[in-house]
Amino acid sequence: MSDYIVELKGITKRFPGVVALNNMQLSVKHGEVHGLVGENGAGKSTLIKVLTGVHQPDEGEIYVNGEQMRFKNPNESAAAGIACVYQELNIEKLLSITDNIFINKWEKKGFLLDYHSMHEKTTQVMESLGQTVDPRRAAGTMGMGVQQMIEIAKAVLIESKLIIMDEPTSSLGEREVEQLMKTVRELKSRGIAILFISHKLSELFELCDRVTVIRDGEYIETRNIEDWSNDSLITSMVGRTLDNQFPKEFGEKGDVMLKVEDLSVGGVLYDVSFEAYGGQVLGFAGLVGAGRTETVRAIFGADPIDSGRVFINGKEKKMSSPGEAVKAGIALLTEDRKGQGLVLTEPIKNNMILASMKQHSDGPFLNERRIDEGSQKLVESLRIKTPSIYEIVGQLSGGNQQKVVIGKWINSDADIYIFDEPTRGIDVGAKIEVYNVMNTLVKAGKCVLMISSEMPEILGMSDRVIVMRGGRVMAEVERDSEHFNQEDIMKAAWGGSLDD
Amino acid sequence: MTKKRTFAGIQMGTILALIIMCVVLSLANRNFYSYDNVMGIFKQTAFNAFLSVGMLLCLITAGIDLSVGANAVFTACLMGAMNKAGVSSGLLMMLVALIAGGAFGFINGVLLTRLHLPHPFVSTLGMKNVLWGLALVVTGSQMVSGFPDSVQWLGRTTIQGFPVSFIMVLIVYVIMHIFLSRTALGRSIYCAGGNIEASRLSGINTANVLTFCYTLSGVMAAIAGIVSVGRSGISNGANATQPYDTDAIAACVIGGASFTGGKGTMVGTMIGCLIITVLRNGFSLLSIQSSIQNIVLGLVIILAVLMDVLRANMEAKRRRLASAK
Repeated sequence: MSDYIVELKGITKRFPGVVALNNMQLSVKHGEVHGLVGENGAGKSTLIKVLTGVHQPDEGEIYVNGEQMRFKNPNESAAAGIACVYQELNIEKLLSITDNIFINKWEKKGFLLDYHSMHEKTTQVMESLGQTVDPRRAAGTMGMGVQQMIEIAKAVLIESKLIIMDEPTSSLGEREVEQLMKTVRELKSRGIAILFISHKLSELFELCDRVTVIRDGEYIETRNIEDWSNDSLITSMVGRTLDNQFPKEFGEKGDVMLKVEDLSVGGVLYDVSFEAYGGQVLGFAGLVGAGRTETVRAIFGADPIDSGRVFINGKEKKMSSPGEAVKAGIALLTEDRKGQGLVLTEPIKNNMILASMKQHSDGPFLNERRIDEGSQKLVESLRIKTPSIYEIVGQLSGGNQQKVVIGKWINSDADIYIFDEPTRGIDVGAKIEVYNVMNTLVKAGKCVLMISSEMPEILGMSDRVIVMRGGRVMAEVERDSEHFNQEDIMKAAWGGSLDD
Repeated sequence: MTKKRTFAGIQMGTILALIIMCVVLSLANRNFYSYDNVMGIFKQTAFNAFLSVGMLLCLITAGIDLSVGANAVFTACLMGAMNKAGVSSGLLMMLVALIAGGAFGFINGVLLTRLHLPHPFVSTLGMKNVLWGLALVVTGSQMVSGFPDSVQWLGRTTIQGFPVSFIMVLIVYVIMHIFLSRTALGRSIYCAGGNIEASRLSGINTANVLTFCYTLSGVMAAIAGIVSVGRSGISNGANATQPYDTDAIAACVIGGASFTGGKGTMVGTMIGCLIITVLRNGFSLLSIQSSIQNIVLGLVIILAVLMDVLRANMEAKRRRLASAK
């Protein structure tokens, strides 16, 4: 028996325009929690897909328990004991939890499916993961945390030896994260190795035995967790020292540009009121499901509201559709950029004018020259890595896609920019560029709203913070207030009072 | 890096297929290449070409309009009913036909965008049956003939043998090509088809964009109805059972449109229309049964889509290899 459950040696994988992996190596010991970090585009996704048999490497060797393997497809990788819980879960929302777990490995009695036994096993395996659930319920009715456990249960049931978790906490609330950590430790104690991919360094320090850093498709180094520090990890990931993770710059506080009064949506938002000023970043803190996204979508006219009023520069505006909101000078950078921000099948230049076709038209006709020049300028100023502005957006990496979304809204020349989780799933370098865009906006007197689930980002970038919980505004904290710290804001987000 | 949707972007394979078909048919039957027959092909293409305009727009939005054929028949019958009722003004008949066709298209759009029916497949299928029934109701299930010359002019007149209806088709196709490729609304149609939610959240009024497409589809169906009256001299509600809708879909799909939306061009659709007519025409000249025609047409549709898939795969491979250098 080898020391390692999985070893990669000299793996090279090429894609159009990039060498995604170059002489990559990775070795995961039996029953360890192994962290894998790197900027976006560092090659983590490709590495996972090589391990799971989705991609076949152009060069290099894969060993499972000392034995060389060649995975032609995901089934072969699964048979070798490798499972993956992808960031975007593969859940059939309408099917029951049992169906999801036993999909393609049905237990039968004669010709018929043996639901009695499958339900029982589902209940057992879910319970062993700390979830008491009715196995007959449709998986889509469960929270994200449970849905993730369903994926893990699938892996456990086929007796996987290595479970890859790709950003497992990115869509979870605080309590669900804790449950997940417990589960990871439980799996480890059963001798199952975990390859844990995360953008949250604190999680790595809490969970991992060893951490491997990769950069630009290349292996950088693996160390035991006690030999890493926050700074050394970031230095290793970006290949340069970051003097300041949050390059916050201050604009001049202007007038109230956005005023929201008693915004209510039945069962979702309750009398949400706040004001946002020009030249400032207003941060929105809270747990997942606190109603922050719902609030900005309501302001933007994306969802209907039951009552409440919205004032732009002192004038009341009815936001009956996003079209109205865009006309009124609001830009919403949605959390889900692929599903809601971009037309992936269209080239960069067409996405850039999505919110500003009028400004790019002479009469009914589009001015292609102006569009091309403008897009080219934005590609350069936002440093979007692409062969040309004619590149289909679906071909770009996540960080570059986010920059196209930013370009789209810069083109619309809005007054109020709403960023919903603007740096989720993008690398440290691209994050800083996003922060710099915010700086430029507030310095130009624009009003910026930023929803973020990352406390350091909230504290690093906001001039003022609104804390929400359960569809209500719980607290409002100025940057120079004594409450402008992680503990107090967290307390408010959990429902505590700041005046105690 | 080529720009998207320029002429080079249209499948050369489809154009090549059309040319090869023409060459083979010319060799097989001398009459195929005669001036009269070629003009006949243009004349026969006009009806489907108009229906395909609306179908293409709806397909680009990732929708479909299954009522185009029935709408064309209905508008023809509506003119027939007016004719029977003693309306003498051909202009009035055509105006009413265009408004009625557009109105039913508009209803299709409203059902989809304002009443939120899940997919236009179902609503336009319903509308197809409604229009079929209405066509029979307004004419009392009778054929109507004796239309004024002004109504028949579009479908019947030729200039030096060249059918006016096809000249009209060319004009409409050029205008629609410019519309789709050069105007903000045209680009919005592609964007709405590619990702309707992203387009909506970018401030594009996607409901209006879609409603526009279905309304225009209805107007185009009415023009096709007028052409059909001129060509045949009659309006006949029983024609609503003809496979007009699927011919229009076939033309668009052969021309590169996709059911997933965001794709399709006027030039491609024109070629698709011509392929279908050339096939029907050529086989008739060769006295091949219509059953065989149907089989071959079916295979052509499948082949066209297959080619498109293979082309996309090859493109992906080319990118991969280019990057490996």
